[in-house]
This record gives sequence, C-alpha cells and structure tokens, in this order.
Amino acid sequence: MSEARVTREGLAGERPGRDALFGNGMDGEGARRRRGRGRRGGERRLVPDAEFTSYYGRPVIKAPSWAATDIAGYLFLGGLAGAGSVLAAGADLSGRRRTARAMKLSSLGAVSLSAVALIHDLGRPERFVNMLRVVKPTSPMNMGSWLLAVYGPLAGAAAASDVTGLLPRAGRAAACGAALTGPAVAAYTGVLLADTAVPAWHEGHRELPYLFTASAATAAAGMALLAGPRAENGPARRAAVLGAAGELLMTRLLRRRVGVVAETYAAGRAGRLLRAAEGLAAAGAAGAALLGGRSRTAAAASGAALLAASACTRFGIFHAGVASARDPRYTVLPQRERLAARTEEARRVAALGDGPYDDTSGVIAT
Amino acid sequence: MTSQVDGEGRARRLLSGQEPDVAADAGHVGAPPRVGFFTDTSVCIGCKACEVACKEWNAVPEDGLLLTGMSYDNTGALGASTWRHVAFIEQNKPLGGQEAHLDHSGIDVLALAAQGSGTPVAEAAVSPTTPGPPSPEGRTELRWLMASDVCKHCTHAACLDVCPTGALFRTEFGTVVVQEDVCNGCGYCVPACPYGVIEQRPGDGRAWKCTMCYDRLGAGAEPACAKACPTESIQFGPLDELRERAAARVERLRETGVPDARLYGADPSDGVGGDGAFFLLLDEPEVYGLPPDPVVTTRDLPRMWRHAGVAALALLGGLAGTFAGRRGHGR
Ligand code: SF4
Ligand code: SF4
Repeated sequence: MSEARVTREGLAGERPGRDALFGNGMDGEGARRRRGRGRRGGERRLVPDAEFTSYYGRPVIKAPSWAATDIAGYLFLGGLAGAGSVLAAGADLSGRRRTARAMKLSSLGAVSLSAVALIHDLGRPERFVNMLRVVKPTSPMNMGSWLLAVYGPLAGAAAASDVTGLLPRAGRAAACGAALTGPAVAAYTGVLLADTAVPAWHEGHRELPYLFTASAATAAAGMALLAGPRAENGPARRAAVLGAAGELLMTRLLRRRVGVVAETYAAGRAGRLLRAAEGLAAAGAAGAALLGGRSRTAAAASGAALLAASACTRFGIFHAGVASARDPRYTVLPQRERLAARTEEARRVAALGDGPYDDTSGVIAT
Repeated sequence: MTSQVDGEGRARRLLSGQEPDVAADAGHVGAPPRVGFFTDTSVCIGCKACEVACKEWNAVPEDGLLLTGMSYDNTGALGASTWRHVAFIEQNKPLGGQEAHLDHSGIDVLALAAQGSGTPVAEAAVSPTTPGPPSPEGRTELRWLMASDVCKHCTHAACLDVCPTGALFRTEFGTVVVQEDVCNGCGYCVPACPYGVIEQRPGDGRAWKCTMCYDRLGAGAEPACAKACPTESIQFGPLDELRERAAARVERLRETGVPDARLYGADPSDGVGGDGAFFLLLDEPEVYGLPPDPVVTTRDLPRMWRHAGVAALALLGGLAGTFAGRRGHGR
C-alpha cells in the first residue's frame, strides 16, 4: 500500500508519476511474493517469437527518395564512362584510332550526363558545390563527388584533345589519367548503395562493387562494339565476354549470399529487370564473341544488347533495394536471426566458461 | 565521426563500438556531459503532448491530416515534419503478469476503506494500461501500448557519417543536428538511418529531424517534448544518469510482475554504440516499429572500400588484358 497521505500542507509521501506501477505492482509488495507461482509473471521469454511482427506493416527504415532515372541512371552512366575510359586509353595506345575517339567522346558524354542526373536529383540543386565542402571518407557520396571532380575534367580533356588535335601529348596523358581514375568511378557506386541501411544493398556489400565493375565493363564493351569499326573491335569483344560473365556470376553470388532479402531480387520490377539483364548479357556476349568479328551489324546489335543489359542490372538492383526498404520483413527478419545467433552463442559460451551472461541484451557483459 | 587525439595520442575515429565521449571524439573541447532522452513507455498515456510541443517549439510544418485506422495513431511515423511520434498498439495480451483471478477474500475491505481513499493516491494513475475487468477465465486480455518515438541521436550515427556536405554534425551535447543552411538535399542520410528517422521534406528538399531542441539546450532548458510530458514518460538529462535510472526502473517493473519490460538502445556496446535517446519497452522492438538489432552501416565501410579497391583494380587489369596479344585484322 502506498504511503501517500493527504495533509494540510498537501500530499505527503507520494511518488513521482514516472515511478507509477501497474499490473501486480499496483498492490505493492504482493507481486514479489507471488512471483514464484506466477504463471505469466516470472521469467521473460528468452526465445523470441519466430513469427514476424511489425507496426501495422509499416516500413522500419525509410526507402531512398531518389528517382530511379536519376540515380540508377547515374550508376549506369558512371560505369559506362569509367570503364569506357580504360577501353579508350587501351585503344589509343594500341593504335585503334577510331575506337579511341568514339570511347573518349562516349565517356565524356556519359560522365556529363551522370553529373546532370546527380545534380537533378538533389533537393537543392543550386547547392551542389556543398558536396566539395569537406573531404569525408566515411561518406561514399562525398568521395564519389571528389572522384568525379578529378575524373570528369580528365575525360573532358582527353576527348577535347582527340577531337581538336590540339596538345596531343597532354591529351594522351589525360586519357591515361582518366583510365586510371575511371575504374574507381565505376567501383565506388557499389559502396554508395551498400553503405545504407537498405537490406538488399547492405547485405550485399561484399558483392556490389564487383558486380558494378563487371556491369561497367559490359556497358563499355557494348559501346565500343556499337561505335567502333569492326576492324578494331577485338578487345571490345573480349571485354564483352569478360564483363557479361562477371556480371552474371556476381548477380548469382549476390542473390545467394543476401539471405531472405534475395526475394526482392526475384520479385516484381526488380525481378523482371534482372531477368532481362541476364538474357541480354548472355545474348550480347555470345553475339559479340561469335559474330562480332565478322559482321558490323552483328557487332552493333550485340553492343546494344550489352548496353541494355548493364542498364537493366543497375535499375534492377536499384528497385530491389527500394522494395526491400519498403517491406519491414526484410529489415526485421535478418536482424532477428542475427540476434538469435548471438544469444545462442552467448549462452553457449556462458555454459562452457561460466562467463557473465546478461539475458536482457543477449550479449555477454564485459 | 570526426578525428580527435585521445589520451594516448591516438586518433580515435571509431566507426562502431563503445564510445564513452562522443563530443570529444567529434572535436569538442571541454564539452558538457552528453545528454539524452529516456522514454519510459510504461507510463506513457498517449496524450501526444510531446508531438504538439515539438511542432510548436520547432515550428515544424503540418504533416498530413489523415485518419490512418492505426488505433489512435494518426501521425503514422517519424519523418521530415514529424519529430516525435506516439505509437499506439492494441494487443490481446495481459499487461505484464496480473493475476486478476486471485482470491481476495482475505482482504478486509472495510479496514481499507477506513484508511481513507480505497485507491492509494500515487497509484491511482488510471491509464489505458490499467487492467480492465477480468474476462470469464479471470484474466484481463487487452493491453494498449503507447510509446513516443524520436531520433535516437546515435553514438555512431549513420546519417552523420554518410552526409557528403557535412550538414549533419555532432553538437557539444553529443546530439546529432542538421544544419539547414548547408544541406543540399542529396538524400543520402535518409536510407542510411537504421531507424528510418530522417527524411527530406517535400517541397523543401532538405533533410529534417529532431535536434533535441538544440536552441533550448544551449539556453539551459530541457527539450520541449520532455517539458510537456505530463507523466514523465519522456525524461531528459545527462545520459549516464538516465541509464542508471532506467536500469533501476526496469528491474523494479520485472520484480512487480511485468517480465516483458526491457530497455532498448541503452546498451553502449550495441550496433550503433548505444542511443542518446533510449526506451523502456513492454514488447519486442518491432512491435513498436523499431528495428530489433540496428547496426550503423558504416561499421562495414572499411571492408566495402577494400572490396571497391580490388574491384577497380580488377576492372583496370581485366580491360587492359583484352588488349594483350597480336594486333591483326579484327583484333
Ligand atoms: S536515429 Fe537516424 S537520424 Fe537519428 S542520429 Fe541515428 S542515424 Fe541519425
Ligand atoms: S540530405 Fe542533407 S543532411 Fe542528408 S546527407 Fe544529404 S546533405 Fe547531408
């Protein structure tokens, strides 16, 4: 029973509301006595319900508000530009003049468009330069902005020098610089997506960079096949096979490793896009390898298929991420599994070594 | 995360794990003690005074006037224009371990009446969680959970880590705040937050979230929501003190037959290094729309960068390799 009394001076002996009790607590000490017999009182369930619960089916995390055309488009264009610069420099150095020029122009165009897409997606486009306000390795988007700030001008200089014929030495140096920084532009976008709480992306943080560079190679090879003459397309054909094989392999690996979230890669729009990507990549690579050396038309068609494959992959991954963020299942279930595994481990250790075990958090108190 | 050289002359720059002094880690010298919220949902009565006070004080715009059909929750979720959100959950479960079927024949009600009020004053707080009349089996089967959610002001805040402009920063109080004059609306912080708190405001483009009333803290006042909470469900204060108080509270509740009471976000060794705003919950976190085991995404960032480096080199090497060999027709 409470000690609270009404006196002339007001209430005495009362407790602040934040100490209010309920349930058995309402009759004070009694609860303590009854605890031993308590059926529903007593110990808290240590093994959580296997079934999934959520707050009215609402998502736990916020899906990115990025527009697919802007950001998935940016991923595709960044890859096309970055890997394209490597092919451009290679073509340049091996005397494939027309392919070199085509690829330099394509990279310049792609990187310019990708920058436009990125700026277009900002809530405050006029503040784009704030991206370069700090240097921040914990922010992939910041690192990416710096990469673009270095790579973009190099790609531009390489293309400008090639087209105008001015400063050929500097132009070639710029082309080599673009070839060295381009792969970083293509690879960092994997980190860009993975460094979020979006389950389909974060769970795939090991695979995404490889998948994205492979997809970049596919796109660049496609462009080289489409834009370069048949006589020069040997490397592009090999790159097509390499890129497409890498892309197919990494997509499989990704889907195998992300656990329950893999459903988002198979269902809905993401599923359709990724299936299309698979078909297009396989067809494009086969076409390039078997017919690309003989027929200009076949080379161009294969190139177009490869470009489309890369784009479908990027859009597919993007939509899978959005779908995984919108459904609380994919946030809660993997975390539950993780928690259960940790609790199990802690109990095992505690049983073995009599170590301190704290059942409230499921972790070992240290 | 920012750099700071610690006692041994090491830069800490932790991305995850225990971090006893967030303000110093962010470069603040002589910072006041870290403050936070302890939201004890067991005494929340669902009045939404916190929601209103927050909106009023911070001049947060209207966030939709819809009926959601989610019990009394017409607010929905935290977002750009919702910095406090009271969740309502109706469950067919007994609240804690009441045993309403118990035999009370040994209690002398007349003696109790002679004492004065039959209901002890301090315990008369009739809240929606007060057990109703027993059902035929002698059990109460409805409970109504209410919880006021807010930005967690994580020890390792993903939103802050990934922000490319530096708009998000760590204050001297250890809280996480957006500078609206710097944010360019890139939206990266939005999917980075493991709790789904921060959001871009439509029409404005920039990201917004709870500041723990940075202006009020600076003036030595407590945040508006804590000030307005009539039951002290929202408690504001130095984090260490709140953690102690919370530990005692959860212990007390469990003793008195509420075995499902648990703390959420109070553990400094969890995936985000502990929350600056933590909770006492009466059910699993996901029931309230909270992630059961949140992890700051940047914990894995060093590994991601390594993979990206290898992937970039593989791309460079692979494509260079396609030029190897004899140059001939069609090659
Ligand atoms: S809860 Fe989300 S918005 Fe708040 S500090 Fe943590 S990561 Fe940032
Ligand atoms: S939206 Fe604003 S606060 Fe969020 S990451 Fe981008 S610049 Fe930073």
